[in-house]
Amino acid sequence: MALKDITLGQYFPGNSVVHRLDPRTKLLAVVLYIVALFLASWFVSYVVMFLVLAGSVAASKVPPKSILRGLKPVLFIVVFTAVLNLFYTPGNMVLARFWIFTITLEGVYRAFFMVVRIMMLISGTFLLTYTTSPILLTDGLESLLGPLKKIRVPVHELAMMMSIALRFIPTLIEETDKIMSAQRARGADFESGSLIQRARALLPLLVPLFISAFRRADELATAMECRCYHGGEGRTRLRQLKFKPADYVTLLLFLAVTAGVGILGYFGL
Amino acid sequence: MDPIIETKNLTHIYSAGTPFEHTALSGVDFCAYPGEYLGIIGHTGSGKSTLIQHLNALLKPTGGQVLFQDTDIWSDPKITRRTRFQVGLVFQYPEYQLFEETVYKDISFGPKNMGLDEKEIDRRVRSAAYFVGLRDDQLEKSPFELSGGQKRRVAIAGVIAMEPKVLVLDEPTAGLDPEGVESILSNIREYHDHHNATVILVSHSMEEVARSVDRLVAVNDGTISFQGPPREVFRHGEELEQMGLGVPQLTRVFHRLRAMGVDIDSSVYTLEQAKAAILEKLRGGAV
Repeated sequence: MALKDITLGQYFPGNSVVHRLDPRTKLLAVVLYIVALFLASWFVSYVVMFLVLAGSVAASKVPPKSILRGLKPVLFIVVFTAVLNLFYTPGNMVLARFWIFTITLEGVYRAFFMVVRIMMLISGTFLLTYTTSPILLTDGLESLLGPLKKIRVPVHELAMMMSIALRFIPTLIEETDKIMSAQRARGADFESGSLIQRARALLPLLVPLFISAFRRADELATAMECRCYHGGEGRTRLRQLKFKPADYVTLLLFLAVTAGVGILGYFGL
Repeated sequence: MDPIIETKNLTHIYSAGTPFEHTALSGVDFCAYPGEYLGIIGHTGSGKSTLIQHLNALLKPTGGQVLFQDTDIWSDPKITRRTRFQVGLVFQYPEYQLFEETVYKDISFGPKNMGLDEKEIDRRVRSAAYFVGLRDDQLEKSPFELSGGQKRRVAIAGVIAMEPKVLVLDEPTAGLDPEGVESILSNIREYHDHHNATVILVSHSMEEVARSVDRLVAVNDGTISFQGPPREVFRHGEELEQMGLGVPQLTRVFHRLRAMGVDIDSSVYTLEQAKAAILEKLRGGAV
């Protein structure tokens, strides 16, 4: 089992138009995109949304294959939602009926749209994490949530925690892999046995993992203090976030799409 | 003599079929003989860690075979599991894998997984602890109370307690002080002599490897570039340096002498050999 193969909102380094956009623009665009997805109600709107997604993917130069691969882990949820919607949507146009189940035309449509919506939702957010490095992403979030500081929300601290957490995910995965191999070399068996046996088998993995996580946290805290970190107050940045013309254009485009889809939805398209 | 463990045309590709595809080993024919003290050298990312993880079936080859005593270790799940015990692998910084409440329990983790009886486990734990120089009163301590060097000994004992026929150690002395390095190396040698076991020592310190091993294998870019007795391998000083490895400092002096036009044997790596080479040269010059 290769834990390293898990794509966890992985960043694909690149230098496309989408990569170069301000992270705040991308965050806002994704929010608008999600709103639009929920406003969409019929084929026309979904076609528009699909074109927006396809256009963005093309502009980002991220291979569509990797986006599709990212969809794999949510396949279960997608199928589950589809089945639920298929069987439990009341309607007049009954297509089939067996035992206690009835399938209606409305159900078929609802299931189809639900599946498309979830997949597009996930693809869109994946595109954000594929094209934005975690550091820029948290910078963007911190800047967007900045106004909340006025009501004493610790925005900087939250953003710092988030970037540290993101930074250490690959490290911890690597560490898990290493400890697992080491215990396997001593005959530990993580794959067979009853549920209780398997849970017990995790102990030789979890204890060293926790110890090393705490040790790392301690070392990091010391390193930060050594460099005089004292919170966000008065802290300046190496990379200032600045909106460029492309950012305004992108935001306007996404605003237009959301408004457009909203209007289409109003007319039931 | 038949090799105790060997790889035939071993190839390993990480994340095959993804954009992160990476060939770590390509067509490696490696072997180790019973009772041999073997050194593997190679810089970071050369594929040496990947190679040794194949030896005890932690990694499955993408292509080729791994044979332990002439049996393919992947031919049957039972054989695969048995190989894990017969080829003991000590990872780099093994002290980070300790997890039990007491040192004793931690060392007994391997033997317990082998399904041995209580008495045999006790014997093995005590003899392994003795080998790495742990005192009896330390066995009941928590491993987390010990110093870094002692933790490393406990971790090595945890593998030795399985009494493997082949003991593979990945940089066992990394991050230790000179005294710790010395004592760990002599513990390993003792295990080798006492059990007539095959020991495979992975390192990037030429000095360290040169002193202990009978034969050296240099790994570079996923292939074996040189192998043979240390003297033979060190003759390739320049190639080794290009691989980012270098030769022992003493050998480098002799290589430099040769480059300056002195006709002298440049494959020496111990003080005695150096003395012999210089004396021979001087005598030769006098006559």
